[in-house]
Amino acid sequence: MSAISELSSIGRRKGPATPEEKRANRRDNKAAYIFLLPWLIGLVAITVGPMIMSLYLSFTDYNLLQPPEWVGLDNFTRMLGDARLHNSLRVTFTYVLVGVPMQLAVALLIALVLDKGLRGLPFYRSIFYLPSLLGGSVAVAILWKQIFGTSGLVNQVLAMFGVTGPGWISDPSTSLGSIILLHVWTFGSPMIIFLAGLRQIPNMYYEAAEVDGATTLQKFWRITLPMLSPIIFFNLVLQIIGSFQSFTQAFIVSGGNGGPSDSTMFFTLYLYQKGFGQFDMGYASAMAWFLLVIIGAFTAINFIASKYWVFYDD
Amino acid sequence: MTELKTLPAPEKLPSSEGKTRGKSPRGGSRKRESRGTLAFSRGARIKALAKHAVLIIAGGVMIYPLLWMVVSSLRPNDLIFREPGLWLNSLEMGNYVDGWSALTHPFGHYMLNSAVVVIGSILGNLISCSMAAYAFARLQFSGKRLFFGIMLLTIMLPFHVIIVPQYILFSQIGWVNTFWPLIVPKLLATDAFFVFLMVQFIRGIPKELDEAARIDGAGHPRIFLQVILPLMVPALATTTIFTFIWTWNDFFGALIYLTDPEMFTVPVALRAFVDSQSATSWGSLFAMSIVSLLPVFLVFLFGQRFLIKGIATTGIK
Repeated sequence: MSAISELSSIGRRKGPATPEEKRANRRDNKAAYIFLLPWLIGLVAITVGPMIMSLYLSFTDYNLLQPPEWVGLDNFTRMLGDARLHNSLRVTFTYVLVGVPMQLAVALLIALVLDKGLRGLPFYRSIFYLPSLLGGSVAVAILWKQIFGTSGLVNQVLAMFGVTGPGWISDPSTSLGSIILLHVWTFGSPMIIFLAGLRQIPNMYYEAAEVDGATTLQKFWRITLPMLSPIIFFNLVLQIIGSFQSFTQAFIVSGGNGGPSDSTMFFTLYLYQKGFGQFDMGYASAMAWFLLVIIGAFTAINFIASKYWVFYDD
Repeated sequence: MTELKTLPAPEKLPSSEGKTRGKSPRGGSRKRESRGTLAFSRGARIKALAKHAVLIIAGGVMIYPLLWMVVSSLRPNDLIFREPGLWLNSLEMGNYVDGWSALTHPFGHYMLNSAVVVIGSILGNLISCSMAAYAFARLQFSGKRLFFGIMLLTIMLPFHVIIVPQYILFSQIGWVNTFWPLIVPKLLATDAFFVFLMVQFIRGIPKELDEAARIDGAGHPRIFLQVILPLMVPALATTTIFTFIWTWNDFFGALIYLTDPEMFTVPVALRAFVDSQSATSWGSLFAMSIVSLLPVFLVFLFGQRFLIKGIATTGIK
């Protein structure tokens, strides 16, 4: 949808400009750049400038106090041997590769149940959407820290059934799972996108399938899923990009240290520690560029793979 | 201007973007469906009941932790670790009183700081993004395709790639522990999501309106201010609401730039509270968490329509 389809259509030219258009072009240039001025300044000073600067810094040793010292590929070779960094990659990949599909599956499931003019839809939609607005806040992370604590809400409920639950957050084998669950809990926004997408599927397809005696499951596999695939793809791309960058929840739940025993040490958390805890700005910059490459690679793979499963009607 | 207002507001136009497949609009089939349910076939009724049961259980599980936090904040502290239910025997406001003054400044101070950042960010986004969007949607200029592509790409750019040099830049001009690093980027349209949202919206406004104004002798500033801006109020509302929620919740930026308790916004204040709390102050921690969520909840309550439209058209969180 939108941003992504726009981006892929940008290469295509409309055809040569007519003389009238050319005249219009000349007339608008000045006005256009005036309107764009804030954005252009932002692009140079806040986005592209710092990007180039951070690429440069990634080849230096820099601690904010002394001027940056060129060290070539040192930061990157250090990354190769940094076991904590490798662990943070493993944590982040687990989070993304488990959390995103789970979240999207729940979002799709609920959207399917909600579709088709169910009574009270706005009410249900609000209930399911609310957590995704609150989920990024420190307050909800605090709540999570309590409910998955040793004597937190989850274990209190389990105790009613005579089960003694582990300290979900203090146990390295379940701590990441609790944070993944928090991600799944915020399925409301992809659900809304799915609902909008389901609404676009013409009913005549379903009617035709019913005439042919298709079962509910067949209709889902043969109509809903293919017709919805561009939206699934869109959600997948956005959620993956977003999840690689998640920070707040792991930071608050672990008390800022990515513990216990680095089990919730997200890549971004480690980057923060290196950059803003130890002021190893060169290394942090190298990590940031590495993150950009990973996210870029995932997005590229997504786009390539989409040719095989995303179905475009037109 | 009054004639313009009688024209159909292009509210629905952006949402018709995406792909309109086939010709049968859903509206028509909706009617048929509802007539079907009026017939009350037994199978359909059972199916609907089952759906409601699933949704009520799922929704209950989703919302339970939040309700429980509200109730727990009104309980004596020790009950938070013993009472999973939602019933209240008495109403304890003590947690709110304690929490409000638990940090170096009263909690209201941090809320005021957050409000300053939020208002600055909203104004910044509204002005800078609408200007850029007008240029992208309505004006022809050299480099438009390239710039538009770059703008779309910046939507997906991870913040971390620019944070280190940005921090160096802002610390060199002495902006650490001021609100400028959090507000100035918004004044420069760096939240490209909103530029895109507004471009989509402006594209749905009939071009004839611009033409008419142009024939009357209006230049671009006037067309923008008097024709386009009044018609894009729904997009501006969506931008305002999302900027409010994101800025109010923003933790990473505040964590990096605001280290002086005097300047703390609500999220970093809460974090300081978490770090300092002893095992006995969960109640007041919950109470302040509720206070911090309240503005977002209110915005959600009154601005839901714009939120849902905004997400459905651009896929923002």
